[in-house]
Amino acid sequence: MSSEAGQQHPLGIYYKIWILLFVLSSFSYAVDFFEVQGAMRWSLVLLFMVLKAGFIVAVFMHVMWERMTLIFTILGPPIVLLLLIGFMIFEGNYVSETRYQYRGHDRDAVALGPNDLHHEEEAH
Amino acid sequence: MTEAALNQADPASGIEGVIDDWSADKQAYHVPWGKLMMWIFLVSDTFIFTCFLTGYMHVRLSTTAPWPPQSEIFALSFGGDPIPLILIAIMTFILITSSGTMALAVNFGYRRDKAKTFMFMCATAALGASFVGMQAFEWTKLIEEGVRPWGNPFGAAQFGSVFFMVTGFHGLHVTGGVIYLLIIANKVRKGHYDKKGFEIVEIAGLYWHFVDLVWVFIFAFFYLL
Repeated sequence: MSSEAGQQHPLGIYYKIWILLFVLSSFSYAVDFFEVQGAMRWSLVLLFMVLKAGFIVAVFMHVMWERMTLIFTILGPPIVLLLLIGFMIFEGNYVSETRYQYRGHDRDAVALGPNDLHHEEEAH
Repeated sequence: MTEAALNQADPASGIEGVIDDWSADKQAYHVPWGKLMMWIFLVSDTFIFTCFLTGYMHVRLSTTAPWPPQSEIFALSFGGDPIPLILIAIMTFILITSSGTMALAVNFGYRRDKAKTFMFMCATAALGASFVGMQAFEWTKLIEEGVRPWGNPFGAAQFGSVFFMVTGFHGLHVTGGVIYLLIIANKVRKGHYDKKGFEIVEIAGLYWHFVDLVWVFIFAFFYLL
């Protein structure tokens, strides 16, 4: 694809990706709606997220039609961010474990939702 | 060889093309300079948003206070029982729709169909503006429920700071994008790009798709997980 002529592609592919993004978003929402929990929730949400991100970057942002030189420039540098994320997972777990073990924080604390708060108000 | 010939993209593609592009004293990127600059800006913006999301991950891992239940907090009731996360889902669909209309605007731009390009860019901007409106509604609702950057009645105090920081910065990007799109759309309508070509629509489109892309990650990490 020569860039001088710009990125001209048939409209059909945009419609297809558009519909696909809608479907994938509905799936993500369904994961929450049907209260899928645990490892299944994580893998499904991350899978739909990666697919959506991939289609947006590849097709809507035309990366799949660009020359490899530009693709490397765009996708190369963000790879170092994976290193940052990896370090911070390690560090974050270490900090919370320290707090549980040495500062006596409660492992079994439960979060409140808006509904719990309203019930409390009614009880008083 | 003339200078113009030196700056032509080499016919080789893939890895071989990369080597050819870099292995001589000539132009390396064969895209309009504005588009390359937009890409470099977007790569730097990727770093900013990843730092926010990594910071969020870190406070969420390290806090020992329980994380507030997002699904319940962002539920909305239309008369009946509250539907979990419904407003966020609607916002997601609006942003995807706007990405679709933007892709169409870019396409019609390259076909030099100014009327349709203008129309689709305005539609994109309108969808973006409605997204920001819903975000303002969401903020108002959470502030009324007592969520603050330094604490909230539901659980970990970091929930509020992450929420306002991440969605606020994203909302700012959407707002900026709406203004940018309207300016470019108006210029398209006035015929500023008739001679220069319509790459500018694609450049604006790159920015807009990026805003949608960031929302994909926020939706997954902040609202769903």
